[in-house]
Amino acid sequence: MQKEETFVAKASRLKLSNEQLIDMYRTMSLIRQFEYMADKLYAMGKVHGTMHLSAGQEAVAVGISRATIRDDYLINHHRGHGHFISKGADINKMMAEFLGKDAGFCRGRGGSMHIADFSSHNLGANGIVGGGIPHSLGVGLAIQMKQLSEICIAIFGDGASNEGVFHESLNMAALWKLPVLYVCENNKYGMSMEVERATAKLPISQRAEGYGIPWHYIDGNDLLTVYETMRDAAEFIRSGNGPVFVETQTYRYFGHSKSDRNLYRSKDEIDDWRDNKDPIARFKGQLVENKILTEEQADEINNEALAVIEAAVAFAEASPDPDPSTVTEYVYA
Amino acid sequence: MPEITYLEAIRQTLWKEMKRDERVFIIGEDIGRYGGAFGVTHGMLDEFGEKRIIETPISEPSIIGAAIGAALLDMRPVVEIMFMDFILLTLDQIGNQAAKMHYMFGGKATVPIVIRMPGGSGTGAAAQHSQSLETLLMHLPGLKVVTPSTPYDAKGLLTTALHDLNPVCFIEHKLLYKMKGEVPEEDYAIPFGVADVKRKGKDLTVVTNEIMVHKTIAVANRLASEGIEIEVVDLRTMVPLDKQTIIESVTKTGKLLVIHEACETAGWAGEIMAVVSASRAFDYLDAPMRRLTGKNTPIPYNRDLERAAVPQEEDIEREIRAILKGEY
Repeated sequence: MQKEETFVAKASRLKLSNEQLIDMYRTMSLIRQFEYMADKLYAMGKVHGTMHLSAGQEAVAVGISRATIRDDYLINHHRGHGHFISKGADINKMMAEFLGKDAGFCRGRGGSMHIADFSSHNLGANGIVGGGIPHSLGVGLAIQMKQLSEICIAIFGDGASNEGVFHESLNMAALWKLPVLYVCENNKYGMSMEVERATAKLPISQRAEGYGIPWHYIDGNDLLTVYETMRDAAEFIRSGNGPVFVETQTYRYFGHSKSDRNLYRSKDEIDDWRDNKDPIARFKGQLVENKILTEEQADEINNEALAVIEAAVAFAEASPDPDPSTVTEYVYA
Repeated sequence: MPEITYLEAIRQTLWKEMKRDERVFIIGEDIGRYGGAFGVTHGMLDEFGEKRIIETPISEPSIIGAAIGAALLDMRPVVEIMFMDFILLTLDQIGNQAAKMHYMFGGKATVPIVIRMPGGSGTGAAAQHSQSLETLLMHLPGLKVVTPSTPYDAKGLLTTALHDLNPVCFIEHKLLYKMKGEVPEEDYAIPFGVADVKRKGKDLTVVTNEIMVHKTIAVANRLASEGIEIEVVDLRTMVPLDKQTIIESVTKTGKLLVIHEACETAGWAGEIMAVVSASRAFDYLDAPMRRLTGKNTPIPYNRDLERAAVPQEEDIEREIRAILKGEY
């Protein structure tokens, strides 16, 4: 029987330095702290609208961003904070947008669900499940026409895979060999609907087979597995071989949105994922076990992350609200 | 000045713009060898190749979505939706995505796409291939809605559409494709939001668009022999709407009839009347404002039924006479 590859051997094979590994941990921590703070701000009554938190899914975001380049185009879903942070978005502007401030990425017009940062090729989150998937076709076509070296990363959830545009888009992306990395972030629930009740045949990723697209179904809570799969997929796509489909199995700890009382899943289930499969605890355990990081250093990183988030809250709270007289600005370019 | 058809005016404008700007491409169903369901893109595949005349499977929502994605990367996609009716398949991409991105991303995204769509009845294509759905599109802030009625206007308005940074719904009435008219060879653009008084008159204002412009002018020409002078305001663009021209015309004539092929309930005739009601023109009205519209019915197949579903010249004449006689 083949011996399982050790963490150190895998990191070494993937040519990830200790600094890079620690940086990945730092980013996951930053995402987690952002999401916890978002939840806290909501509980304090400081958030006007809704939010979709990604705590528990951090390894997917960090794995993708580290395996691709900053100029690759990102099409994001509604639970997208982690992907933005991981891609290097300005946390202050994110928090300001979350609180609806004029200094936010969208000048308070979008909120949590519509954050976009075109300067880092982040083409925006989407409030319509699956709504962004077909945009990948145009981004892919434009990349081909302009002969750019970037690829498009289109991320969506398990729920989106039952929308018509999902199938239409996979078909066209395959027909035209578009440079698109499709990532299905399967967190087991589309709002309250379990994936088993929503999808006739699992895994979701096997649907790609019907379109002739190479696919992978992976543990989305194992950072290095995500990293390796995404890195290989991105390289395959960048070489002109057409799209790849990766389904990452993960889990969200918070409810779907602010109105969710978790009536459709058990506390035991949530606790099991939190206690036994958490992507951050798992990665930290690997780093500590292999003496890449100490517990104290990990705590310090978490504290630093919290400080960054707290500073972002202070920035956002000190920012003015948009002027109501500007409400009709930006309807037309 | 050369006379060309409405269809040729559209094709020539697309052709010229594709020659001028390599960011422009056309995407849609059967637009290659077939030349498009109505022949608008005929010959363009040979000229521009399949990288710029992109034929798609039958997947309307994702065709619009693809155009949006390309536009975000500063391309200039032109979408051909085979029949306007099929936009009902695509309303998420048009209404929730294209129309809103500039706004909800705080002005950072622009979505310069032109969505061409043949609309209207009169071809016996029945309920799912004959609708006039411009009101639906007018109700979505962020979209511009264009309804040319002549070859001259089609060229000038399409030129403007292709240079606009917003999603533009460009509605082509099927019965106008073969209509001929004088179109200068040189480039020109007709700005959006400028209605055209297609016929001057003092007795009654008709505000209308597309094919109803021609039906109304035919009636107006007949009535002129009786000394009745009808002013025909062709809106040309529904969004933005040229309120000024409407108000000025009604202020002059004191009477308003709004005519559209789209069905009546919540149709845009109500919008025009609201504009007039809230303006100084209201004080000059000496008759109730009236509308003559398509009936609140799907478009039927049978020739006589189809005619009965939308305003015809005899209906227009009857309605105008009724208003002028005070019979309403």
